[in-house]
Amino acid sequence: MTERLAASWADPPGLKGFLFTVDHKRIAGRYIVTAMAMMALAGLLALDMRWQLSLPGMRRMGPQLFNESFALHGSTMLFLVSVPVMEAMALWLVPLMLGQRNMAFPRLSAFSYWLYLGGVLMLWVPHALGITPDLGWFEYPPLSGPGYSPGHRADIWAQMITFTEVAALAASVNVSVTILKLRPPGMTLPRMPLFLWAMLVASLMTIFALPAVMLATSMLIADRLVGTQFFAPAAGGDVLLFQHMFWFFGHPEVYIIFVPAVGFVSTIVETFCRRPVFGYPAMVLSILAIGTLAFGLWVHHMFAVGLPRLGNDFYTAASMTIALPAGLQIFCWIATIAGGRVRLALPMLWVLAFIVTFVIGGLTGVMTAAAPLDLQLTDTYFVVAHFHYVLVGGAIFPLLGAFTYWYPKATGRMLGERLGRLAFAAIVGGFNLGFFPMHILGLWGMPRRVYTYGPEMGWGPLNLLATFGSTVAVGGGLLFVANALWSLWRGLPAGANPWGAATLEWATASPPPAPSFAMVPVVDSLTPLWPGDAPLRVMTGLRDDRRELLVTSVVEALPLYRQKSPGPSAWPLVAALAVSVLFLGSIFTPWALIWGAVPVAVALTFWFWPHRPRARHGPLAARR
Amino acid sequence: MSAPPATQIVGDLSGLPDSDSGPRHLVWWGNLGFMLIEGTGFALAIAAALFLWSRAPAWPPPGDAPPALLWSGLLTLGLFASGLPNGWVKRRALAKDAAGVRRGVLAMTVIGLALLAVRGFEIAALTPRWDKDAYGSAIWMLMLLHTSHILTDWGDTAVQAAWLYTHSIGDDQFADVEDNCNYWSFVIWAWVPLYAVVYWLPRLG
Repeated sequence: MTERLAASWADPPGLKGFLFTVDHKRIAGRYIVTAMAMMALAGLLALDMRWQLSLPGMRRMGPQLFNESFALHGSTMLFLVSVPVMEAMALWLVPLMLGQRNMAFPRLSAFSYWLYLGGVLMLWVPHALGITPDLGWFEYPPLSGPGYSPGHRADIWAQMITFTEVAALAASVNVSVTILKLRPPGMTLPRMPLFLWAMLVASLMTIFALPAVMLATSMLIADRLVGTQFFAPAAGGDVLLFQHMFWFFGHPEVYIIFVPAVGFVSTIVETFCRRPVFGYPAMVLSILAIGTLAFGLWVHHMFAVGLPRLGNDFYTAASMTIALPAGLQIFCWIATIAGGRVRLALPMLWVLAFIVTFVIGGLTGVMTAAAPLDLQLTDTYFVVAHFHYVLVGGAIFPLLGAFTYWYPKATGRMLGERLGRLAFAAIVGGFNLGFFPMHILGLWGMPRRVYTYGPEMGWGPLNLLATFGSTVAVGGGLLFVANALWSLWRGLPAGANPWGAATLEWATASPPPAPSFAMVPVVDSLTPLWPGDAPLRVMTGLRDDRRELLVTSVVEALPLYRQKSPGPSAWPLVAALAVSVLFLGSIFTPWALIWGAVPVAVALTFWFWPHRPRARHGPLAARR
Repeated sequence: MSAPPATQIVGDLSGLPDSDSGPRHLVWWGNLGFMLIEGTGFALAIAAALFLWSRAPAWPPPGDAPPALLWSGLLTLGLFASGLPNGWVKRRALAKDAAGVRRGVLAMTVIGLALLAVRGFEIAALTPRWDKDAYGSAIWMLMLLHTSHILTDWGDTAVQAAWLYTHSIGDDQFADVEDNCNYWSFVIWAWVPLYAVVYWLPRLG
């Protein structure tokens, strides 16, 4: 790599570089660290709630604190951890897997992170001040409306959503355009790694799903702030409208979290079975099928609200249908494992834990998809067990597997194997010990969201077991983090491709230098780094005296032109600050939408202002 | 521990152009992404209004008059008429005609301002207030969504006009003008279902 190329892509030193960077690796890194810190806080909240429920009649928490705890836990996990961390992994991985030097819109990546951080602060700073949302992670009206929720708890929750959803939408447009337009020559759509297919579909799902929740929460804020009547039955409004809009987003969101995990698992399985994933076309089609079907079954979250019978039947059928592509994927992975030379390294262990846990979660999903059974189980601990199996087993386990898999690439060092296995055993074992008993508690009738219960209910022993299991899992999480920190310092040097993997991110040094790749790789198969002996084919010709990316065609990835890529900039941060002022102000006065728009417009104008020579013709031309 | 793989140079990209137009350009796709987001927002807002309509015994509720047709009719005609100069500007951008895009984008700024004035009268005539009933809330929501759309694209157009007159225009900026024209077409076509729901749904009887 030439010094000139490295200099063109280098960030300014110190704080300036930290604040103004548009390097996707740095931005994704802080995105991931922030999301992990949020996961740690949400985990501690969970442990606190488990402590309260471990025995009948505990007094660690009263009902209000319990309400606040589960609302904060759920909102943090869904809006500040699960979706952002998947976007962050894409921001880090997608350009590397494409052999590219940055995202399609580098400043948009930075803007996305700063707004996400705004969402984090929006929820947790008021919490520190004692103003915590207390109505769960979906805050239905009328409970969250002006009549029953005075003060600003509900507004804070609703506006936190606006922050994080704008951040996720910005990231999604960026990810999908990067995948469609920045593929290396030869990487046609049928030669695209499954992780990229998964992130493309997850990003498109985000684009179609997230506007629903933004609209719903904006309508809620309007009802609370300027007296609109969207959810007020006395004035022709309807509270179910909120539920429909929330779940039109909320159900696809589950898959927006799960589909990237499909990408992680497929990548890890391929590497550790030493063969391409079995049934590549079936895998791609099932990802597309999940992406489509996920939009047709939101009503299964509303079976208990009294909808027409035929509607319930339709959504029962639709909900069961999505088990088909999900099951197909499981079979493809099992076939790959069965037909490969399996190496049970740490990332592969996480994949095995994922398969077992996710299948259990999927089966209880098929159970609750049946409207009559759901009517019995809804709002019990059975549902709590089900969605933790799906979300933790289906997304967090693959995510932890992905961390262990790409950790050497990101840091240049191997993650400690022994401590890693210990953390793995504690997390997976503790999780199952903690959450499996909740199925039984739910079948026994223990409702979710109760802050305590009497000894006569007989729920004590299983609750104690659940608390014990959760404690072990949280301990495992701490071990995982400790291992990551220790290995950063003492881990074995990793080299470029320690796992002998097949995708392009392993063709550069670990950690990748600022421009990532010196030349543009050329791809002629799904596994460009296998067989290992042949040299990697590359193209030269991108300039090294300025930041440039190669833009290719959408289907065939034919080279089209060289796109100038922007360098470090203050404007994404300034724009995010201006947008934050607008969002924050609009909790208190609708006029914030007017005066708050002025700094936003100014920041965006500077952001997009092209730097070119002055005009030499026309009425406003520069005087010579 | 392994070093990065050996490489074999198989081609040179330095002869490629450094910009392009239409769907070949990167930014065209970013623009499309944001149109999809906003289009989904519009579709869902319309769906929300239709949901409330389906639940209401009368639409508009007794005592509310259907929204007046004069200013909204003028705006609709004006919007569609603006499609002609908008298309012309886009063709000038594709032809990389600097003088043409300068004049055209300035003209679109003036046209946008005139349409905003008409929209102002339209909103001033909009009854009932948003806080009277869910019907009022729904039509105000749809109108504000579209107005914010006209406003943001007008701001974009005005800034672009100022930039174009003061700078020498490169290929990427011709592509920007093209994207802005595409966005204005989106503003025009998004109005069709909104106009139908706000102004004609209450007249279905």
